[in-house]
Order: sequence, then structure tokens, then C-alpha cells
Amino acid sequence: MKKFYLIYLFTFAIVFWSCSKDSDITLEPVNISLNFSHTWNGQEVTSSAIDTSRFINENGDDIRITRLRYLISDIVLTHESGVDAMLTGYHLIDIMDDESLSYSTADEIIPGEYTMSIRFGFNNADNQDGIYNDLNTASFDVPAQLGGGYHYMQLDGTYKNSNNDDDPYNYHVIRAFDMTGTNEPQDTSIKISLGSVTVGVNTQVNIQMDLYEWFSNPHLWDLSELNTMLMSNYDAQIKMSQNGASAFSLISITQE
Amino acid sequence: MKTFLLLFFGFFCMMACSDANSGDQTYIPIPATLDIPVLFQDRLIDPLIPTNNPLTEEGIALGKKLFFDRRLSGDHSQSCASCHNPRNAFTDNSQFSNGIDGSVGTRNSMPLFNLAWNFSDRFAWDGKELGLEQQALEPVQNPIEMHSNWSDVALKLQQDTDYPTLFLHAFGTSTIDSSLVAKAIAQFERTLISGNSKFDHYLMGSTTLSPQEMDGFDIFTREDKGDCFHCHGGENNPLWTDNGFHNNGLDAVFTDLGLGAVTGDPNDHGKFRTPSLRNLAFTAPYMHDGRFTTLDEVIDFYSEGLQNSPTIDPLMKSIDQGGVQLSSEEKASLKAFLLTLTDHGFVNHPDFQE
Repeated sequence: MKKFYLIYLFTFAIVFWSCSKDSDITLEPVNISLNFSHTWNGQEVTSSAIDTSRFINENGDDIRITRLRYLISDIVLTHESGVDAMLTGYHLIDIMDDESLSYSTADEIIPGEYTMSIRFGFNNADNQDGIYNDLNTASFDVPAQLGGGYHYMQLDGTYKNSNNDDDPYNYHVIRAFDMTGTNEPQDTSIKISLGSVTVGVNTQVNIQMDLYEWFSNPHLWDLSELNTMLMSNYDAQIKMSQNGASAFSLISITQE
Repeated sequence: MKTFLLLFFGFFCMMACSDANSGDQTYIPIPATLDIPVLFQDRLIDPLIPTNNPLTEEGIALGKKLFFDRRLSGDHSQSCASCHNPRNAFTDNSQFSNGIDGSVGTRNSMPLFNLAWNFSDRFAWDGKELGLEQQALEPVQNPIEMHSNWSDVALKLQQDTDYPTLFLHAFGTSTIDSSLVAKAIAQFERTLISGNSKFDHYLMGSTTLSPQEMDGFDIFTREDKGDCFHCHGGENNPLWTDNGFHNNGLDAVFTDLGLGAVTGDPNDHGKFRTPSLRNLAFTAPYMHDGRFTTLDEVIDFYSEGLQNSPTIDPLMKSIDQGGVQLSSEEKASLKAFLLTLTDHGFVNHPDFQE
């Protein structure tokens, strides 16, 4: 797969180089940094909020966040000429690990104007069981009985039930897998279009995830009904994927 | 001029003598590599070896000698192995280990294996020790454990007939101090790798599991049953631990704050490091305080004995029901599966015995 991507990059570099007429443009390939931040309906969420801050979702549930880890892959930059550059690699973000909030792509790309997309989770082709040793070591895999592959997100915490007691929720997003075999496994990863990106030297792409969206749009999430055991809930996985489609946005691009 | 010549002659002699004695000082230890099981190579990232303490054959051998040396304790009655017995997967069978003065602690001795894959680098039940080298320093000077002090230990080792040369060969100096002792012990401890159980062979396709063991693995994995894998890993994480810290619902009120006492964060109260599920046949009693004598008691606890508290991990999702409510048959199956993680080769490994 890596060779395939590199061929893409090489071809793209040749095409770009041969088309470029502007001698002022730096054509040295560069890598790109992606920075991830998090909000709850506009309110900043950082590691200091974990287990301390409380948030209200659209359904009115009063929740606390204990754990947030999620996976990004499939970074694609499409040049204005229409040629795609697919960057290899994937990245696990853990809100408790500051270093993980930034990711510098391993592959380099020729500076220029692009549209950019990333993927939340793995697509089916990449979501192969057990093949990513770092994710295995991080216990981010999904057992074969639950469809195999990897988690896309682990969002754990508690919410206040009707008696005002804390009950747990495990908002775990994976490939939709029907343990009864009635439905075919469904790729519930999310392609996130970030729009136009100017790639130059030290380009920083700042991406934000609004956690509120996972509970609100288009499916109003009622934690009293859907809280735990969601990995084996095929329909819940479909809804999660649909809600997650509006969770990510490009907030800025900086060239340092 | 005469003085200068004398000085020059003296310096030349000194250099010559130094050269004559420096044969050992230039001894280069032989680099060593870990004997990593195929399954670990295939599924895990490379183990963590500090750049300032690379593995060498001499360092490992020295570490092993020190690990079993009772002179590390105040009255020469205990070695590291006294509480970390190879036959018990490097723990002991006591709820709390006795120190040399008969004092007992409040924590169960942790088993020692696969330590080089603890990437958080936090060791001990409460994560207080940052790095294996740092961990190795603590028990020697703990008054309720080996109750010695490092200057005395270093002096004893320095006066030994063998140790200065062994340190010279391992570390390039015959001057012994606590830092080098800890480095050597840490090197030995990193070689303690357990990855040769029946379940490992099952994953490699060289054996089969019984129907009961297979049922147990299914219970281990299913969200509506054990759901053990989130903290204890699974077929793709053969460490069988996430090396993380969790409050698994042992107590409603904490008498031991665990990680919380280390970080000072109330949100960490009652959290302890997830132990590996390997070698449970040898490591009773269980939990950080050794409160459960048998594996059956542990399974009963997760089934119907959970206690709620403000910091309980949300992964303990069945807290409202007191646990995951397994039937007797399911408990027996889960136990049968867990015992497939027993590695007899590890506890009998000749390289790990005194």
C-alpha cells in the first residue's frame, strides 16, 4: 500500500514540476502538521477538563468525560490540477497526551494550492485485523468477535441518570458489525472534507472536533437509551457515524 | 630542566602504568538482544530499552546475580527474589510480603514479566516509580522491605571479590554505586519475557482450545458478558494488559488511594495499574492488596461484587447490577480460558533461576 501511495506522490511531483512555470515557488517537498483541538459546543475541551468539567448535551444529559481517543487516517490532498496526493500513515489522538494532538505527515508534498480531506477511523481496506502494532499495543483493536479491525473512537465517561446518579457511557465507534449476521459489515469511517489548503513551508492545519455533535446531529442522542454495549449495536454504529460527520472542521491554516 | 625531565619521566611512567592497568577499562561489553516471542514481534511495537542502559550480556548476568543476592538487604536475609520468586512468575504467594524486620506492607508483590513493553514507564501498582531503573532502587531502602541503605550495599558489593570486576565489564567502571546496581537489575528484569502459553500456541495455530476454553475467550471478549479486553488486551495485544491505571470497583471508600496518592489528583483516587492476565496460575493472591485468594473469587467479584465510587472507570459498565452477572457455567469457562495464559516455560526457564 505504501508503494502505491509513493507512486502517486512521485507521479504527482513529476506532473506538478513539469506544469510549474513560476520560478518563485519553492518546490522543495514539505510535510504538513495537523493539530487537533476539541470543543463542546464552542467551549474548549482540553486534558484539564477530563474527569472535572461537566457538559450538557442536546438531549439535556449532564455528562463527564473520562477518556477520549480517536483515529485519523487517509490524508488526501487534491491539487488544483486534479491530481490526488494520498499521504501514508494514520494517527491516534489521545486528549490526555499533548504530543498526540499534533501529527506531522511522514510523506512530503510539493507546496501549492490543494483541497484536503482526512478520514475519521479506517476505511474497510485499511481496517485489517491486527496489522498495526502500535494500535495493538495501545489496546485500540477490536476483537474478531466484534468484527475485528480497530476502534475509531473511544469516548468514555458518566452521565447523570434520572436519579441524579452517575451511570457510565462507552461511546465507542467502530465498523458497524452485526453479530447476528443479518446485516453486512458497514464501513462507518467518515471522510472529512476540510476545504482549501495552501501548502507551504511549515504548514500547520488546525482541525477541531466538536464533541457536542456526536450527541446531536442528525440523531438526538439519549444516553439513557444508548450508553454502553454500543460496539455490538449495529444500528447505533450507523447513527454514530452520521452524527460524527459534522463533528470536524478546519479552523485555520498557519504557515510558520 | 632537570625538574622538567623528572616531571616528564614521571608523567610517562604514569601513562604507561595506566595503560598497563586499563586492559579491563577498555573492555567492551557484548551487546545483547531480547528473546522476543514471534507473536510479540508480529503484533507489538518494539520493547522500550533506555538509550542510557543498553542491554549487554555482562549487564544482564550481573543483574541476575544482584537480583538473587541477599546482601542487598540490611541483614542479608532477603534478595529481590524473596518477594519476586521465579517459580511464581516473579511474585510470591503472600497477600503482603514480609520485610526483613517482619514488617508487612499494604500491597501485594507484583509479578515481573514483559516489563519492557510498559510504555507508560510507570511501575508499581500505583505508578510511583518512573522507569524500571528507578523502581529497582526503592525496595532496598524501604524500611518495611529490605531495610538497607544504598551506601552500605554499595560498600558490601565493592568489598566483594567478584563484583568490582563484574561491574567493570558491564559498565566500564569498578566503582559500584546504586545507579549501576539498578541499571544491572533492570537489564535482567527486561529479559523476563513470558509469551509461551497454550493460548499463544493457539494464536499461532499450533494447538487448539477446548470448547470450554473457547467459550471462556468469548465471554472475555463479549460486551454483554465479561468485556475484559478493553483493559486487559486480547488476541492482538498479547501483553494481556493495557498497562494503564483504572479504578475497577474494588471499594466504595478508599483506604489506599493508589495512583491518586502519587499524582495528588482526586480523580486518580483508587486507580491501580492493570496487571497482566498471564500466569494467573502462579500469582495468587490477586489485586493490589492481595484480597482475593483464588481466581474464582476474582471472577465472582467482577460478576457480582463491584463497588461504586466517584472514580470508578466507565468501562465497569455493569456497576448498577454489581457486575457482569455471569452464570456458574460462564465463570468456569472464563476461568478455563484465563488458565490457557499460563506459561510453564517461563516459570521454569533456567536462565531465570538462582
